[in-house]
Amino acid sequence: MDILYFAWLRERIGVPRERVETGAETVRDLVAELSARDEGYAAAFADLSALRVALDQELSEFDAPLAGVREVAFFPPMTGG
Amino acid sequence: MEIRVQAEAFDAGAELNRFSAGAEGAGGVVSFTGVVRDLPGGGLRAMEIEHYPGMTEKALTDFAAQAMERWALSDVLVIHRFGALAPGAQIMMVATAAPHRRAAFEAADYLMDYLKSRAPFWKKEITAAGADWVAAKAQDEADLDRW
Repeated sequence: MDILYFAWLRERIGVPRERVETGAETVRDLVAELSARDEGYAAAFADLSALRVALDQELSEFDAPLAGVREVAFFPPMTGG
Repeated sequence: MEIRVQAEAFDAGAELNRFSAGAEGAGGVVSFTGVVRDLPGGGLRAMEIEHYPGMTEKALTDFAAQAMERWALSDVLVIHRFGALAPGAQIMMVATAAPHRRAAFEAADYLMDYLKSRAPFWKKEITAAGADWVAAKAQDEADLDRW
């Protein structure tokens, strides 16, 4: 599964994307796995209310299942326009 | 319906004329152009706009399709830039054409609210002191409830 990061989350984690092998069932489980890697990830994902998630390029929720998902993107609230 | 996500500058006047000429059955055209606002007192060197290639085009197309479904529109145009933009530069434009003005005004307003808070763009202000990500405003989120 490909994981993408944008804006300050990308800067904090240090890479724009990475490929992970995971058995996580939901986005929340995946976040827990990533956060367990090191302090950098844990700090970046400390406040999920400050983050949004997209599954295969559609906005989604942290409780959403990951079955069949190929691309997960994490980012702060959007500021377009 | 035309959606463009690009680094290059665009000529809002020329785009609007072209769009208006091609909008069949329209009785009016509404447009909005967003420009890079300088900081109070100046000092903004650039506004850096990051986006999510792929999802951005998809999201903008969805919003435009939803607007076409909800209002009686002749056509919709959305252009949004990314990359480093100078103060005063044009960031984006939305234009809506409709047989009657109310639909054009409302659809343009709707598209702007969705562009602000649901299209995957992130703005960063670059000044002499450093760089700061622009925080999303609660008001922008609340504006979505109008629809």
